[in-house]
Formats: sequence, C-alpha cells, structure tokens
Amino acid sequence: MENLRPNSANPKADLIYRRKKNAEEMRYQVVSFALMIFLTLIAFAAVHFDGFSHWFVAPFIMLLAVVQVIFQLYYFMHMSHKGHETPQLFLFSGLAVALITVLTFVTITWI
Amino acid sequence: MAAVQDKFTEMTWPSSPEKATLEAKNKFLGFWFFLGGETVLFGSLFATYLALKDKVPDSSHPLAKDLYSMELTFAATMLLLTSSLTSVYAMYHMKNFNFQRMQAWLLITVLLGAAFLGLEIYEFSHYVHEGHTFTSSAFGSAFYSLVGFHGGHVAFGLLWILSLMVRNAKRGLDLYNAPKFYVASLYWHFIDVVWVFIFTVVYLMGMVG
Repeated sequence: MENLRPNSANPKADLIYRRKKNAEEMRYQVVSFALMIFLTLIAFAAVHFDGFSHWFVAPFIMLLAVVQVIFQLYYFMHMSHKGHETPQLFLFSGLAVALITVLTFVTITWI
Repeated sequence: MAAVQDKFTEMTWPSSPEKATLEAKNKFLGFWFFLGGETVLFGSLFATYLALKDKVPDSSHPLAKDLYSMELTFAATMLLLTSSLTSVYAMYHMKNFNFQRMQAWLLITVLLGAAFLGLEIYEFSHYVHEGHTFTSSAFGSAFYSLVGFHGGHVAFGLLWILSLMVRNAKRGLDLYNAPKFYVASLYWHFIDVVWVFIFTVVYLMGMVG
C-alpha cells in the first residue's frame, strides 16, 4: 500500500511532490463544492418558481440531491480513492436496507 | 510500520496518516461500518416521516406547507454545506502536517455548525408557538424525530471536534491523533449528507405540497 512505502531517497523531492498532489486534490474539492452549491441553488429555485408541476419538481430535486450526495461521498469523504472497497460495501449495504424501508413505508403502509 | 509514539517532521509525515498504523486502519473500517448503520437509522426515520407527513388530528393543526420557510432552510443549508468544505480544508492541512492551520479550519467548521444549530433551535421554538409540537400530532412526532435526530448529530459532532481540538492543542499532530481528526471529519460530512436529503425531502418537498 502507498502509505507503507518508505519515503523516497530524496525526501525533499518527495515532500514537494506530495504537497503538489495535495494541492491538486484540494482544487478538485473546491470544484465539487461549487457544483454542490450550484445544485442546491437549482433545487431551491425550482421550488421557489411556482410554474412547475409537483410531479416534475419532486423527482427533479430528488435527483439533484442524489447527485450532490455522490459528490459528497466520493470527493469530500474520499470514497473515490483506492482502499475504500470495504467502506463502499458497508455504506451501500446500509443504503440498501434504508431504501427498502423507505419504499415499504411509502407504498404498503396506511394510516 | 510507523508507530503512534513516533515524532514526525513534514518530511517524514506519511502521505495517508489516517491509515498509517494498524489502529488507524481498524478505526477507519470500524467508522465506515458505523456510518452504514447510521444510514439505516436515518432511512427508518425518513420512512416514518414520509408515512406520517401531514397526518394531523384536525384542521386546526398546521401542515408542512404552512410551516416551512424557504429563507431559513436556505440559510441553514448554506451554513452546513460550507462547514463541510471547511472541514475538507482542515484535513488538507492535516495531510500537509500543518497543525495550526488544521485547528483554525476546524474552529471555523465548529462556528458554522453552531450557527446552523442556532437556526434550528430558533425554527423549532417558532413551530412550537404555531402549535406544531412533538406530541401535537403524528406528523409532529415524525418531524421532530427526524430533524431532531439530525440536530442531535450536529450537536454531538460539535462537541466531538471541540474535544479533539482542546485535548490535542499542546500535542501537535502525530499518528495517534491524525486518525481521530480524520474520522471526526468523516462524521461531519455524513451529517451534511443526511442534511441534503432533509432539505430536499422534508423542506423543499413539503413546500411543494
């Protein structure tokens, strides 16, 4: 694994390389943040603007939320990095149970 | 393998300090397992809310579309989204072995989280004045369970990050505390993930009707 690799024979070059890599990753993080804010603005605007039907707005803002959460999980929480296979298994297992629960409660319960 | 008691300089600091020791790896996996469980917990609360939304005993009770305010929800969303980015900045400085900057960004994260919590407390007290309480209807119980559980997570996250900051203020960064900071930031992002669904499913869909 990458983190077990001893630092290179030239620690100074190694440090400069890692600094650069971290800075590059941080730029991607800021870009994904900008996209997340943008998606949020669209969702609020779609609800604020009265012209759309409920049947369009509800699925549309749900889709925006899912896209935004993918950014959050894969960039902010680093799930796109290698070494995250087991975290993905854990999270998606939980998500599967959660989605089945939601599906059940919105379809076959009545109060 | 690097050990928790080792002293580091920015030259010797590993590139993935959050996974550089066995304990760190275990913490990392264990925490993701916990987040899987949290997903199930919030899934159940969302399911309950969706089933009980607007289920009130009579027409004197306010419904979702009478209660929710777009301005307040928008402000709360911006605060929490921004706090997610500031904790990313904190972890960026952690990876660069810059303890002071990490602490500074964590402090900004905590302040934004506290502002979010303040807005939520204001919102809840406003609803109580309008007759929407935990015991007033099934809708009220489901609403406060879901949103309140999330608010409780925010409060816990604030205390967690603050404790880490205070406890390690004089210690600086090492492989003992770097995984702790990393895991706390994962928790904070997860709180934001849940909020994305709350502002969409509860507030925005509630306003649409």
